[in-house]
Amino acid sequence: MKRPPKDVIESTRTISRRALVVGTSQIAIMAVLGWRMQSMQVEHADEFRLLAEENRINIRLLPPSRGLIFDRNGEAIADNEQNYRVVMVREDAGDVGEVLSKLTQIVDIAPEQLTRAMEEMQRRSPFVPVTIAERLTWDDVAKINLNTPALPGIQAEVGQSRVYPWGADLAHVVGYVGPVSDYDLSRIDDQDPLLQIPKFQIGKSGAENKLEHTLRGSAGHRRIEVNAVGRVMRELDRQEGDAGKDVQLTIDNRLQTYAQARLDGESAGVVVIDLEHGDLRAIASAPSFDPNLFVRGISVKDWTGLNEDKYRPLAAKAVQGTYPPGSTFKMVTALAAMEDGVISADETVYCPGYTDVYGIRFHCWKSGGHGNINLHDSLKQSCDCYYYEIAQRVGIDKMAAMARKLGLGIKHDLPLSAVASGLAPDKEWKSSVRGEDWRIGDTVNASIGQGYVLASPLQLAVMTARIATGHEITPRLVRLIDGVEQPSGRGESLGLNENTLRRIRASMNDVCNNRRGTGYGSRILTEGYKMAGKSGTSQVRRITPEERAAGVTRNEDLPWERRDHALFVSYAPLDNPRYAVAVIVEHGGGGSSAAAPIARDVILQAQYGGAPPLDAYPANVRDKIAEQQRRIETRIPMGAKAQSRA
Amino acid sequence: MSYLEHNTKHVPTGLRKIWYINWPLVMLLSAVACAGFLMLYSVAGGSPTPWMEPQMKRFGLGMFLMFAIAMVPIWFWRNMAFVAYGGSLLLLLGVELFGEVRMGAQRWIDLGFMVLQPSEVTKITVVMFIAAYYDWLPNEKTSRPLWVALPVIFILVPTMLVLKQPDLGTALLLLMGGATVMFLAGVHWAYFATVVGAGVAAIVAVFESRGTTWQLIKDYQFRRIDTFIDPSNDPLGAGYHITQAKIALGSGGWTGRGFMQGTQSRLNFLPEKHTDFIFTTLAEEFGFVGASTLLLLYLLIVVFCIASAIGNKDRFAALLTLGIAMTFFLFFAVNMAMVMGLAPVVGVPLPLVSYGGSAMLVLLVAFGLVQSAHVHRPR
Repeated sequence: MKRPPKDVIESTRTISRRALVVGTSQIAIMAVLGWRMQSMQVEHADEFRLLAEENRINIRLLPPSRGLIFDRNGEAIADNEQNYRVVMVREDAGDVGEVLSKLTQIVDIAPEQLTRAMEEMQRRSPFVPVTIAERLTWDDVAKINLNTPALPGIQAEVGQSRVYPWGADLAHVVGYVGPVSDYDLSRIDDQDPLLQIPKFQIGKSGAENKLEHTLRGSAGHRRIEVNAVGRVMRELDRQEGDAGKDVQLTIDNRLQTYAQARLDGESAGVVVIDLEHGDLRAIASAPSFDPNLFVRGISVKDWTGLNEDKYRPLAAKAVQGTYPPGSTFKMVTALAAMEDGVISADETVYCPGYTDVYGIRFHCWKSGGHGNINLHDSLKQSCDCYYYEIAQRVGIDKMAAMARKLGLGIKHDLPLSAVASGLAPDKEWKSSVRGEDWRIGDTVNASIGQGYVLASPLQLAVMTARIATGHEITPRLVRLIDGVEQPSGRGESLGLNENTLRRIRASMNDVCNNRRGTGYGSRILTEGYKMAGKSGTSQVRRITPEERAAGVTRNEDLPWERRDHALFVSYAPLDNPRYAVAVIVEHGGGGSSAAAPIARDVILQAQYGGAPPLDAYPANVRDKIAEQQRRIETRIPMGAKAQSRA
Repeated sequence: MSYLEHNTKHVPTGLRKIWYINWPLVMLLSAVACAGFLMLYSVAGGSPTPWMEPQMKRFGLGMFLMFAIAMVPIWFWRNMAFVAYGGSLLLLLGVELFGEVRMGAQRWIDLGFMVLQPSEVTKITVVMFIAAYYDWLPNEKTSRPLWVALPVIFILVPTMLVLKQPDLGTALLLLMGGATVMFLAGVHWAYFATVVGAGVAAIVAVFESRGTTWQLIKDYQFRRIDTFIDPSNDPLGAGYHITQAKIALGSGGWTGRGFMQGTQSRLNFLPEKHTDFIFTTLAEEFGFVGASTLLLLYLLIVVFCIASAIGNKDRFAALLTLGIAMTFFLFFAVNMAMVMGLAPVVGVPLPLVSYGGSAMLVLLVAFGLVQSAHVHRPR
């Protein structure tokens, strides 16, 4: 069929016309595409560039190294050690099972650890290093490195972990670190990104906990380029964090370990204060525990063992335990009464062995009574009736005020866990807390440190320090932070009558150095090292009238939990005192027999800066002391690093 | 019978035809293909394998086919149109029956020496067949309902088969390509207005059908639409691709991040970076300058085709050239709109740049037809 040319021309025109329409719309669409390109690539390029950077760059935190804790002699008591661990990268290993079995032939690894590592490897991407074992010895690391060709994917890495070279002996002071837990995160309001690092170690107790922010330092970071599945391609840059600041405590490591050793076998606590700056030279609590167990993650068995021990090794008895101070509180009653002028130093009170107060009979420890007795002798012989009398005269509120002035019943600000505030009771306290009226019997009980009165050994040591100096001594635990000296704890004069103080001190001198004093058995012979003190024996049970009539049961015949607490406070030397010590032996019996020898040994050790010569002791105890010194010298503290001492 | 056959004395013969080839078009095609090689080299991390080398071989084969087809007179191809159309329908049926399932769709057929995607072939054969139909149809019958219904059926049959695979992108291209040829041939405006109206109604119906028992399209297609409307509501799932693609494109800036310096593609944030999303890599590494240059090259290819068609008095040749130009335009426009977030993600490759044998060969064969039309145009 032949088409006439006219037809062809018309058809060509139609096609051309419509082709222009189609072409124009195509160009319009391309213009839209071009405009969109321009808008994304030119106008909004920065936004998209930023998104691309966010995509490809990951920021990883670099944990800073934790600040060290030193004792006053510059010895590290909380140290960082190299922690060698072996990690495995699944994709480099090839046959994981075979490589692991080769590894176990070289290094001893527990089967549970292996299964845990295998499980984690299955969960993670193949290029993520998974820790197989930690805390390898240097020997193991050397073996692994030697066998690298046979162990594809296996690497030995080094990290840092906390170590407490002195183990249990400083556990209550230094505390310990442990991996941050969900509970920690919920409890503390801390935005530090470091806490988001899994298993990041933070201070859990003691100074480690309270000085956390000083010791932790701040995070560094490295920027790494990652691909879409999170594989690290390269490190772009790296900024190291600030290491934690070092801290020097006032604790004297040698005195501390001595005190700890001296308390072995007892459930007891000792506090030694240096009167120059209020430095705490030793805060010993026995029994103790190995803080290194907590760093590694304590086993359930160990944890239950520590918690169920009736001697409570986890409790820092020296600062956290509160006890009726017993006769050691008599200085407070005496000072309150003397300052108030309700009794003079020479005035005597008659002690028949008991005092009747509104029909209730209060007994003196000496059932026969002391007869007529004045302030000096009442302290020296620890007569109770004298204090029953003067307490009634001065009243509880003034006694409580004096107690607080001397550092009892107030919480001392120390970077330690659970510092006890004790209790210096007064009328207001009883009505607001107990909802009862104060009775005169409460005052009588309080006068000899029984009843509601509670004090920690730390508070008793502060009290002794303030009596010994007449100054407001505030205990200080931190000496230097990052090389900066912390404020001294020796404050202004307390404003007490110097004559009264001198009389009290003279009585305390006689307690130890007068033949009739309760602490005479624990006297120090060497001139210039002699100590003054006061014993205390606080009852933890009520003695019924029937028992008293039948004769009070002796401590030795009672079960341990019902025996009296033994206390002793002392300071030395007599002139220009330097150290104050408080000792508690839980359920130890009499203060002069159980606590005073400990106070003497510790204060001598403090004064000599080491083992004292035997002739400082009375001749009859020298053999026993020599034996004791030998035992302490050869002792290795629980959990201490044996090699670090060698 | 076309006017052409009576005027063959002006048509070049033998090897002299080489001189009449549309050489600027050949240059433009080669330039685009070279951009493709460069990008395939880059996304492979600076390596000719696994993508650039095979792609170059296919381009070589394609160019050979293009020249071979250009040498054959256009009326031969017109006579072959019915055979080509019928053959591609058979291939589509073959896919339906024996095809390989890859990536959740049944699109490929193994021919032994190569894996063929018949839907790609169909894009050209439909245009070819509709052009031949209007070449045969007398002018005055063009807009009569019965004669309009016939090509509609010719278009819808392969479209339905492709939709069944399912391949929404190709189906759309078939429909648009065929409709364009009908429009160019002079079918009355009213038909198109009606279809557009019906189309809008159909879209509404599709959305209405969602979640009902008579749901018209697949869930994954719905999800693609959702993701298109708001990629951010599924940033790690279906929206991830388009979000990452936009980031790559936008972060290119004016001049790009440099050859092989695109972090989005190098670090595998980009999906399908050697096929459907290759444009984002180019835009990331060469910036606005590179991307708009490629767009300009594409524009020139379309313009050269239109220019060649407008001067061509042979009805089949003109319609075929314009139809192929439209198909080519739809390829890159849909692909670019898709990676720029202007269109939903439907699997349409970037012509001559994306890695893929079928698309490359089919396009070059199509341009062979365009060249043949150009060489043999009546003078």
